[in-house]
Amino acid sequence: MRSNDRLVAFLMLLPSLVLLAIFVYGFIGRTAWVSLSNWGSDPTQALALDPQIAFAGLANYRKLFTGIIDVRFRQDLVNTFFFTLFFLVGTLGLGLGLAILLDQKVRMEGLFRTIFLFPFALAFIVTGTVWRWMLQPQGGVNVLPELVGLPPLEFRWLTTRQQIWQFDWNSVPAFLAGAAAVTFAFMAWRAWRRGAHVRAGVQAVLAVGLGGWAVTGTPGVTLLPYPEMHGFNMAFIGIVIAAVWQMSGYTMALYLAGLRGVPEELREAARVDGASEFGVYRHVVLPLLGPITLSAMIILGHISLKIFDLIWAMAGSDNATTDVPALLMYLRSFRANAFAEGAAIAMVLLIMVATVIVPYLRSSLRGEVRR
Amino acid sequence: MTTSTDSLTLGRRTQPGRRGRWRWVIYLLLTLAALFYLLPVYLVVVTALKEPAAITLADTWRLPETWNWGSFVTAWEAFAPKLRNSMVLAVSATVASALMGSMNGYVLSKWRFPGANVVFPLMLFGMFIPYQAILIPLFQFLRDIGLYGDLLGLIVAHVVYGLPITTLIFRNFYAEIPDSMLDAAKIDGAGFFGIYTRILFPLSISGFVVVVIWQFTQIWNEFLFAVTLTRQESQPITVALAQLAGGEAVNWNLPMAGSILAALPTLIIYIVLGRYFIRGLLAGSVKG
Repeated sequence: MRSNDRLVAFLMLLPSLVLLAIFVYGFIGRTAWVSLSNWGSDPTQALALDPQIAFAGLANYRKLFTGIIDVRFRQDLVNTFFFTLFFLVGTLGLGLGLAILLDQKVRMEGLFRTIFLFPFALAFIVTGTVWRWMLQPQGGVNVLPELVGLPPLEFRWLTTRQQIWQFDWNSVPAFLAGAAAVTFAFMAWRAWRRGAHVRAGVQAVLAVGLGGWAVTGTPGVTLLPYPEMHGFNMAFIGIVIAAVWQMSGYTMALYLAGLRGVPEELREAARVDGASEFGVYRHVVLPLLGPITLSAMIILGHISLKIFDLIWAMAGSDNATTDVPALLMYLRSFRANAFAEGAAIAMVLLIMVATVIVPYLRSSLRGEVRR
Repeated sequence: MTTSTDSLTLGRRTQPGRRGRWRWVIYLLLTLAALFYLLPVYLVVVTALKEPAAITLADTWRLPETWNWGSFVTAWEAFAPKLRNSMVLAVSATVASALMGSMNGYVLSKWRFPGANVVFPLMLFGMFIPYQAILIPLFQFLRDIGLYGDLLGLIVAHVVYGLPITTLIFRNFYAEIPDSMLDAAKIDGAGFFGIYTRILFPLSISGFVVVVIWQFTQIWNEFLFAVTLTRQESQPITVALAQLAGGEAVNWNLPMAGSILAALPTLIIYIVLGRYFIRGLLAGSVKG
């Protein structure tokens, strides 16, 4: 009887398992295969129902990272990097600030909370449409100063081609190796302090090796035979503002839940010890918010890597200065029918998201089992 | 969350005049922040209510001289079929994924089988992937079975890719119902379905509210699947709005009125059922 019920239980779960196995893992496998093929290079086969495609090895990936034509993809990666950076700083900073303000036993807290969080209920397309109107060159935000008698702003929010913080694409391996070296050095230092001397030694050797490779100009790796400059496209500033407007309420809610979880006795104890209200936050409350910050960073970070509709609505789907890989994948696949290249971009995107999400899933589920 | 008056008074006694003196700064900052969030709303509403000819960039922030509701009528006429598509899509995909998620959550929390610890994270991963990574095969698959461009194809996609989050929320929800309640029912002779219909399901109303709100909002607002998998006649509202607003020589009153129409359903849900909305939002971060 009981074992029969167990079988029924498993059978009830089975349809979902099969669907997800096919639609998630089967389809990812298929995309991986397409990314290694030549699908789309022959226009007559591109939209065929049963296209003749052949294995092409890593050619599509090589083109993306080192091909002359695909400079746009490389700028897209740089765009995503800067967008993610400023989006995270903005949402976490504003969200934490608002949560701390709301934690001061203010009147009308519910009203403020509702106002801060409502954009989260909107579609990115709606937010994008609205902010596109807000950021028109001779209107919206730019003429706001006139209301108080100041001269209007001149910044062309979404159409400027200005690029700052430029660097050569060929130095990207050095940046990455340098970042890895610093990480390994830090891990080695921590392992040494915990007494794991062997592990510390291995990590120190890795750090020195990678650091040396980076400092000497990454011998053995040449991406491009000529310098290719990339940088931060200032047209993204407006998009970051709109994204922060939409998502900071989410971090506010996360942080507020976290602040409410800090026992009043703890704060009281710190006050009795003579801590100022600022000190209570600095030394008691904020350190307890670390785990929340980490999970917010991961959730928002993976949203930011996938950002697609907001940019489509704000700057148009085919605007090279505000492009990101998620958009380029769509354009290459469904506008140009270059499916193999689109699939390669999709796989790069998947790998970036997976490096953020897989450790997060592992650690949060492992903690759950222990509990 | 100080509910006891005791700690409240204590808090006041230790920080006497100081708190009072700086209090206006807190309210000033909160008001400025509220302005930041509400300014776009003001702009959308006044623009939507202006005569098309009265919309000039320089007078953006001015109130309309004559209130013109015509833009809403025009936007409604253009968008009514798309809003209907979105409603059919969001309601049916939400119901299907919520019911399946509830069953999955029940199995995963109360009938743990060997390997469940491996299967569950593999299921969850599906909600984080960039959908670009499955878009080409999904497009091919729907075309092969004749559902490309059909609203039903989009519904199928949203049901399947909605399963991880609905399963997660229900699993965490059911995990809090004590096993002893189930054991009592088992002794009374209830089997797998008996326990679900008699005990779990009646207790899961608020779980369903959380999941339904979350899924409805997500699906109503979704764009990538919508723009890739539909044709003109099966377009949901997000695609139609993006098309209308993306045109070059555009009168801004229409996109603004359209934005309001597209935003209203999820906004109403948020304002009326905000409590549950926040719960879904917090549940989205795995640990629940």
